[in-house]
Amino acid sequence: MSELPAWSLPADAVGQIALATDWPAEVTREWAWGGATGKGVRVCIIDSGVDGSHPLVGHVESSVAVSKDEDGAAFVAEDIDGDVCGHGTACAGIVRSLAPEAEIHSVRVLGPGFTGGGNILLFGLRYAIEQGFDVVNLSLSTTKKDYSTVLHELADSAYFQRTVLVASAHNMPVESYPWRFSSVISVGSHEEDDPTALYYNPNPPVEFFAKGVGVEVAWLGGDTLSASGNSFATPHVTGICALIRSKHPELTPFQLKSVLHLTSSNVGGSR
Amino acid sequence: MSELNSAVAAAALGSEERFRELLRSVVGVARAIFAARASSILLLDEDANELVFEAVVGEGEEGLLGRRFPAGTGVAGWVMATRTPLVIEDVAADPRFAKDVAEGTGYVPQGLMAVPLLHDERALGVLEVLDRQSHFTLQEMELLGLFASQAAIALDLLQRAREAERALAGDGRLDAVARLASTLSELDEDRRPEADRLLGALAAVLKRA
Repeated sequence: MSELPAWSLPADAVGQIALATDWPAEVTREWAWGGATGKGVRVCIIDSGVDGSHPLVGHVESSVAVSKDEDGAAFVAEDIDGDVCGHGTACAGIVRSLAPEAEIHSVRVLGPGFTGGGNILLFGLRYAIEQGFDVVNLSLSTTKKDYSTVLHELADSAYFQRTVLVASAHNMPVESYPWRFSSVISVGSHEEDDPTALYYNPNPPVEFFAKGVGVEVAWLGGDTLSASGNSFATPHVTGICALIRSKHPELTPFQLKSVLHLTSSNVGGSR
Repeated sequence: MSELNSAVAAAALGSEERFRELLRSVVGVARAIFAARASSILLLDEDANELVFEAVVGEGEEGLLGRRFPAGTGVAGWVMATRTPLVIEDVAADPRFAKDVAEGTGYVPQGLMAVPLLHDERALGVLEVLDRQSHFTLQEMELLGLFASQAAIALDLLQRAREAERALAGDGRLDAVARLASTLSELDEDRRPEADRLLGALAAVLKRA
């Protein structure tokens, strides 16, 4: 990749940026993710941890937790507490249901006692981007304006290094981040039953709507329960992104978002 | 100066009891609109890192008011920490849902909607609606958001009133000013000119000194 022109395109370099993907005349779901399983794609769940012993989640490739030391500095360590709430396990189970062979990694940003906070979230996101995960599910947001600039920069750096951030829109009319940034894929809920029904919203900041009502999710202790909210719509899009990336690993986040648009149920996605 | 202002405001507006009534009215309406078995508002006590039941209507009403539990517990704790609403059914299936709290009152809800109460950048608490009769829809989520904004304002006022009361308790001069403000606001119409003259004279004396 490093030999590709970055800042300008000299006449003799045009051949070097020939696109790796052989674009079809029409982008269909069959082309985008037909037959895909998510194999080879590394998905990261930034949440309350993931319970890998849950039958709906299966193997968790790595688990770390972000916490603060005595001086208040954040650090990453191997996670020995697992899921402290159930929410991260729910998200992981949804991703698994769509992309059964994707690798699942967990970055826990809520401690036992939920002592999280904006800077822990920020640190966890930075860590996930540094790890170069292919798709990052972020069913959380922060309302702290102070963090928005740094989050914005992080989201942009993820975008340019091909880490796709899928972020949950807030269910309430409040300003929160990072879902409002155009470099992420933001997700709200629709009420349909089909887990692959996806709607493009021509009136952003929320760009896509996915199944977010009455979702049967994995919870703690091997249980399942029915949950609603954008938190659960988001991992549906994460799962679909994992499928697309496993079939078309060369796609940039921009191209991936375009494929989501073209395969949305209200655009042409029923094909 | 802001302490003096809030002390005067607290004395003039009446305080804690009225904001509590407002909170109670918010949960009462929420319960009725959603045809729910109960509704409650929990306030975060930042110093103790605990959630406290500030208003409860419906099932469990008697036992829950004033009850506290660690802020990092259960569904309310997650909603608080992530500032994101959560709607779940079959809550009893979640072993880490704050069952101890629920069972202490003899009422374990089957389903709940929980929404954070956000004011400026702060999360003040959580509004919960337990065991609705209707099937959850996105429209309900919007409605819940509206109640949450109202409850957040009421909770903010309650907190301010308490802060003002604390300031009053620790400062004799503030207390004197607050009592004066309270007396003035309750004064009969015919005695107001007299009070105004007295206040004017007091201000003049203070300025001369």
